[in-house]
Amino acid sequence: MAYLPHTDEDRRLMLQAIGVARLDDLYEAVPAVHRFPELDLPDAISELEVAAELQALAEANLDVRHNACFLGAGAYHHFIPSVVDAILRRGEFYTAYTPYQPEVSQGTLQATFEYQSLICNLTGMDVSNASHYDGATALAEAVILALNHHRGKRHKVILSPAVHPHYRETVRTYMQGLDLQIVGDEDPRRDAAELARRIDGDTAMVAVQYPDFFGTIVDFTALGQAAHTAGALLCVVVNPLALGLLKPPSAFDADVVVGDGQPLGIPLSYGGPHLGLFTTKQEYVRKMAGRLVGETVDSRGQRGYVLTLTPREQHIRREKATSNICTNVALMALASAVYLSVTGRQGLRRVAELCYHKAHYAAAEIARLPGFRLWNQGAFFHEFVVACPRPVPEINEHLLEHEILGGYDLGQVHPSLAGHMLLAVTEMNTKDEIDDLVAGLEEATHA
Amino acid sequence: MPEPLIYDLSSPGRRGVTLPEVDVPLADLPGGLTRDDLPLPEVSEIDVVRHFVRLSQLNHAIDTGFYPLGSCTMKYNPKINEDMARLGGFAYTHPLQDPATVQGNLALMYSLQEWLKEIGGFAAVSLQPAAGAHGELTGILILRAYHRWRGEARRTKILIPDSAHGTNPASTAMAGMQVVELPSDARGNVDLAALKAACDDTVAGLMLTNPNTLGLFEEHVLEVAAQVHECGGLLYGDGANMNALLGVVRPGDLGFDVLHFNLHKTFSTPHGGGGPGSGPVGVAPALVDFLPGPVVEIVDPGDDDQAPLYGLVMPKRSIGRVKAFHGHFGMHVRAFTYMRMHGKRGLRAVADHAVLNANYLRARLRGTYHVPFDRICMHEFVAEGRWEDAPGVRALDVSKRLMDFGFHPPTNYFPLIVHEALMIEPTETESRETLDRFVEAMEAIAAEARRDPEVLHTAPHKTPFGRLDEVKAAKDLVLCCRPAWLEEKSTA
Amino acid sequence: MNVPQDLKYTKNDEWIRVEGDLGTIGITDYAQEQLSDIVFVEATLAVGESGAKGGTCATVESVKAAAEVYLPVGGTVTKINEELPKSPEKINQDPYGAAWILQIRIADPSELGGLLDAAAYEAYCRERAS
Repeated sequence: MAYLPHTDEDRRLMLQAIGVARLDDLYEAVPAVHRFPELDLPDAISELEVAAELQALAEANLDVRHNACFLGAGAYHHFIPSVVDAILRRGEFYTAYTPYQPEVSQGTLQATFEYQSLICNLTGMDVSNASHYDGATALAEAVILALNHHRGKRHKVILSPAVHPHYRETVRTYMQGLDLQIVGDEDPRRDAAELARRIDGDTAMVAVQYPDFFGTIVDFTALGQAAHTAGALLCVVVNPLALGLLKPPSAFDADVVVGDGQPLGIPLSYGGPHLGLFTTKQEYVRKMAGRLVGETVDSRGQRGYVLTLTPREQHIRREKATSNICTNVALMALASAVYLSVTGRQGLRRVAELCYHKAHYAAAEIARLPGFRLWNQGAFFHEFVVACPRPVPEINEHLLEHEILGGYDLGQVHPSLAGHMLLAVTEMNTKDEIDDLVAGLEEATHA
Repeated sequence: MPEPLIYDLSSPGRRGVTLPEVDVPLADLPGGLTRDDLPLPEVSEIDVVRHFVRLSQLNHAIDTGFYPLGSCTMKYNPKINEDMARLGGFAYTHPLQDPATVQGNLALMYSLQEWLKEIGGFAAVSLQPAAGAHGELTGILILRAYHRWRGEARRTKILIPDSAHGTNPASTAMAGMQVVELPSDARGNVDLAALKAACDDTVAGLMLTNPNTLGLFEEHVLEVAAQVHECGGLLYGDGANMNALLGVVRPGDLGFDVLHFNLHKTFSTPHGGGGPGSGPVGVAPALVDFLPGPVVEIVDPGDDDQAPLYGLVMPKRSIGRVKAFHGHFGMHVRAFTYMRMHGKRGLRAVADHAVLNANYLRARLRGTYHVPFDRICMHEFVAEGRWEDAPGVRALDVSKRLMDFGFHPPTNYFPLIVHEALMIEPTETESRETLDRFVEAMEAIAAEARRDPEVLHTAPHKTPFGRLDEVKAAKDLVLCCRPAWLEEKSTA
Repeated sequence: MNVPQDLKYTKNDEWIRVEGDLGTIGITDYAQEQLSDIVFVEATLAVGESGAKGGTCATVESVKAAAEVYLPVGGTVTKINEELPKSPEKINQDPYGAAWILQIRIADPSELGGLLDAAAYEAYCRERAS
């Protein structure tokens, strides 16, 4: 049996010590009528056979190593330095548990403190938690924070239609048991100024995305002021990689900044695990969901780290907890800390610039093709929308024949965006790949 | 000696990773929207590696030693899992790719759904929730949606035993439902009389952990299920303790209507220092339509020549998605690999040996440590870390001293219904020799508690760090470091 | 365990010092001992705000627990101890003096009748400890 060290002799001695005759006797308390069901599961195979089976499954997929990827929409194909996985594969990190016993967990604790610091410094915010599941759930928790901040006296949240659709759906799922109105995202053609007009004394929070789901970069200073004048919180959903180039959302006086750290050294992995970022201004630290690591000293006078403000959490406050979150994605937070450390101040700027310039080159070339039109009104980062002369699925089918993964069909987000494609370009796309994409798009209009 | 912070290793101009030059014409940068500076460290690659390797060496982990944390199931994390999750064909797939291009992923997820259904005795499974607590919230939302759909929105109460994990009431509150606490009886089971009194037509359901947090199989589980169903409620199962039940009994057969699994406990996906986990949810037939989505289904059965076609489908009355994309696919691959390595007989052997190991420890320790509910346990048991003739010595002291013997302590102070609780879960992957060494250490500590309690009060002595000042951490909150050179600059 | 005779007490371990129609509120010596090192305290009602008997008026946190402080009787907040949040450990050191949390104008003095006197509170604490 895989991974079981017991010999027959071990079992005999142990049963004797316990005082039962057979292993089955240990299950007396289980109702006999339901005991020991015959499970319809395949029999065990050896490690050698397992590897072959999984390899075959993996090969039944098309992947972004073999197809030029221009698909983004919340998950991005970025370069992951070899150092990141080398650290993640250290058993001391990945086979450790949540650091409840700090004396033997300073590796995890200090790495988490460094992650918190890096994310704070990147976003310009005061406090970061140790991670949330993903950007979508982090946004849902931001809404909960805003509702708690207003002590349940405000019942409206304004969501920009330019926030990722999965994020907005997740917020609605989380809020379905609460008395809350979620408005503002009915039409993707509405802009920040229109959102501002909907803020009133019942608004707990306004949430926007930066760069937004369509790639556009918006300055939210005025919106932030409008929110604060009405006593509402401003929440900004970010792409942390864009912050290598763009001014941080703290510049808009954001109260909460959330997002997904997948672009920071975390594989696509068919959508998960990724990395929920959650940061706030200092004044909200006690209302934050999730783990927090704080600095302290030990009995020998050494600087060390511990989980702190734990009484906010589920294992102590139970139903009065700030959140139910327990396990988060600590190893992915570590991945992003290693990524940010080895990429660093110059590297992250370079990656962001590569994405920016390549995306703008692609957009300019595509906009010249007859039948294609750039949809974005203002500046964009590394994603942009093009109106296409043919249905997006047909274009993508053609592109796939040339080993190109085309962009996201925005008709799935809103009927007014049928025939519009959301394209992402990263440092992984060479100029040749971009030129091939442009040629492929042009061909697709004739095919 | 403490490891410096990564910022302390930084030096202006140092570069880590190399990146290519821009190979396209430069576009204008967006005016007024770019940042002046970027407060990230500048560290060479060798220093980054040494830094994080040295940090890792400060951790106790399953790969370094015994880790009997009750309720966490710290079993061996197979290395083949890690290799499989990293296969390029999995790791390099984008979640929004056309399903036709990721049939390998979908086939794997479909199989995992089917196997969890089979193990749990359920009609359908969603793999989307990212952790156990996430699965709990999902489950409570499912119960709520079901009752509302049947026109019984008045059912807002969730009954929760006082021995429950804190995530249970926290999840209930997040779902906007009301927590009603139920006492345990003298044998550690749900108090049936209290349950009967609490059951009425405002009850949406009962959240039950079985085996419970004392490591005991709920002796009246069938009566509990019947009582809850009789008043129109549903039974939610916290599947954290599934390790004792694999192939032994199926929660669905016992009457559980919805249950979350913890892939990072029962199915060996690594804990990672606090995640990522994965908390799939299984449901009885009546709740299938309410699962979060999308779930994987066979959209075209195919035939002798054509393999079935898998697709992503939103259940008819779904509560909605509970996160972006499809769930922690990387953990699905690991759990799938684990199940293929075990098969049905292997999974049963996992339960058998988890229960064997726990009872062996209980039998060998019960003379030295008081075990308040001293009967055959399942995969874990709870002992008290205190003695009448060693006043002042508490579970905390025992735990800290255990670290000097090279063991990670058991779970402390949980469940709340046992004083100075030490919850011990060895798991099935530990050998008898390891367990015997653990018993020796525990016996030595019990002796020290009487002879020389100060050694316990000031423990640990042999670890890289001594006891950390948690009061100071909470009072002088320092949650991030800003490098000195950042403080000097006016804006970021 | 210190239980001043001139105060009234609740079963949730709050004390109230009544002077005319004003009541000064804090948590007891028993409470601070249970909570151990207190690291945070915050009034959740502002000056001028009213609350009913049993309503939350403050939050107290230690490293191992967090607890709500409830109004022993209903009233309107007249003063908040602004010094206390800066040194929450005062609750451990001087729970009945420097660590008063807030003061209210009592709305309905008859509610005071429902509170415990020092002897009754002491007995209640002894009962719980056993």
